[in-house]
Amino acid sequence: MNEILEKLQETFGDRVNVSQSIDQTVVHVAAAEIVSVVTFLKSQGLRMLIDLSAVDYLQREPRFDVVYILYHLEQRQWLRLLVQVGGEEPQVPSIAHVFASANWAERECYDMFGIRFRGHPDLKRILMPDDWQGHPLRKDYPLTGTDPLPPLVRE
Amino acid sequence: MAETELGKVDPETGLKPMVINLGPQHPSTHGVLRVRLALDGEQIRGCEPVIGYLHTGIEKNCEDLTFNQAITLTDRMDYLSPITNNFGYVLAVENLLGVEVPKRCQYIRVLFAELSRIASHLVWLGTSAMDMGAMSPFFYCLQQRELILDLIESAAGTRMNPSYFRVGGLLNDLPPNFVERLKKFLDGFPAWIKEYDRLLAQNPIWLERLKGTGVITLEQALDYGWTGPALRASGIDRDLRKWNPYSSYEEFEFDVPTAKEGDVYARYTMRMREMEESLKIIRQAMDNLPEGNWHVDNWKIYPPNKADIGRNMEALIYHFKLFTEGIRVPAGETYAAVEGPKGEIGFYIVSDGSGKPYRVRVRGPSFYNLQALPVLVQDRMLADVVAAIGSIDIVLGEVDR
Repeated sequence: MNEILEKLQETFGDRVNVSQSIDQTVVHVAAAEIVSVVTFLKSQGLRMLIDLSAVDYLQREPRFDVVYILYHLEQRQWLRLLVQVGGEEPQVPSIAHVFASANWAERECYDMFGIRFRGHPDLKRILMPDDWQGHPLRKDYPLTGTDPLPPLVRE
Repeated sequence: MAETELGKVDPETGLKPMVINLGPQHPSTHGVLRVRLALDGEQIRGCEPVIGYLHTGIEKNCEDLTFNQAITLTDRMDYLSPITNNFGYVLAVENLLGVEVPKRCQYIRVLFAELSRIASHLVWLGTSAMDMGAMSPFFYCLQQRELILDLIESAAGTRMNPSYFRVGGLLNDLPPNFVERLKKFLDGFPAWIKEYDRLLAQNPIWLERLKGTGVITLEQALDYGWTGPALRASGIDRDLRKWNPYSSYEEFEFDVPTAKEGDVYARYTMRMREMEESLKIIRQAMDNLPEGNWHVDNWKIYPPNKADIGRNMEALIYHFKLFTEGIRVPAGETYAAVEGPKGEIGFYIVSDGSGKPYRVRVRGPSFYNLQALPVLVQDRMLADVVAAIGSIDIVLGEVDR
């Protein structure tokens, strides 16, 4: 894994930042570079995208962390990528054409956090109804639901 | 929002394929799953699973509960094997706390994780046989599953949503005479596996419908993030119990069955053989069960026992703090995963140093496995969809969370 990370740093310079978390290696990646970094890592043997999700740090700017968890099949290790995004309409390039598993994961991330994935083949809500307002996992979304509640029967 | 266009117009006839819904209320979808299918006669030209009917906001709700309270919600995701959900969650929290539970606790956890793996596979076997029109295996499977639920009940007090694993330990130690009851089950069960196989593996209809159906190549399976027995049926032995051992799994001897075909039948044999391997692990855990404590000795993590509370002022204070404020977990983030019956169930947990998790992300294996359903059924017959859904072994509670 260390070799791959060294290569990664050589190729991308200061656009990636490697650090060690309590359990796994974490790489901070600039949002614009995520597709090329993921493609590079896939070519180095990280053949599975295990998970893709986000965390909302309401007080921080940029506000969101998009979390990618990759898995190396030969070395049997996980690797975590973090991409920070913020602004009124947070946007990250989609990696659905690199990993098929990212398709639904990005849709869920859009549904729950309102993060748009540029270049996604079919970015629409996945868990909430299509006409739902708001993004439930954002920290400023009320836990008890919105007021008034959406109608149970639609027109 | 418009629904996605499915299937292509036939250039010769100019006819569009017919789009029908399978579900959301359909007995073969194992929950509330809707599958949009574009049909040309009985052949499938397009397929889109539509999910979200069982979304209950578990990830959001976890943020409002203390670390131990949130365990009850993990039960309700993969409700056929709640104990493996507990397992992944408590491992992630223990990662953040930097504690390791005593050996006895680790062994008991392994024992129950394997018991619930068998219980989950039994429900899968019964229901997917019923989908194919074989009614009796369902009764045979559920009858044995009852015995496992009885064992879980004797230790945790509940059958379906036990919340048996707690951060830093277990709810209880094993009850007296548990080992005898477990032995009785272990002695009887191998004959039942043979019986299941006899019911199905020599049934020509069963073989005809399963072999060569719903094929996925290793390349595709990895691309879709498949894990668990479904992935192993496509030719790789990725099993977290062997590859990234947790909770002393490296001390157990067992094999990881694999197959190359990647069809529905291969996935069926994987799970049948996995049940036998799980039996081996349970026997080893039972025979080598270490003596000693079954929870960490730290009142800041695991509550003091009742007798101490009555005698010791300090114990009373810790008990009160623990149940009003929750465990104080140091700030940080972690990802921990276990091998569940359906695949890798992972928890990405962020803590901000308070008694409640800041974010709990659940990586459900069913969610990722289901995504590849269109690959399995493209250009196949309509009836194969039912076989394919059954073979992925989804639980909608975990897909939608």
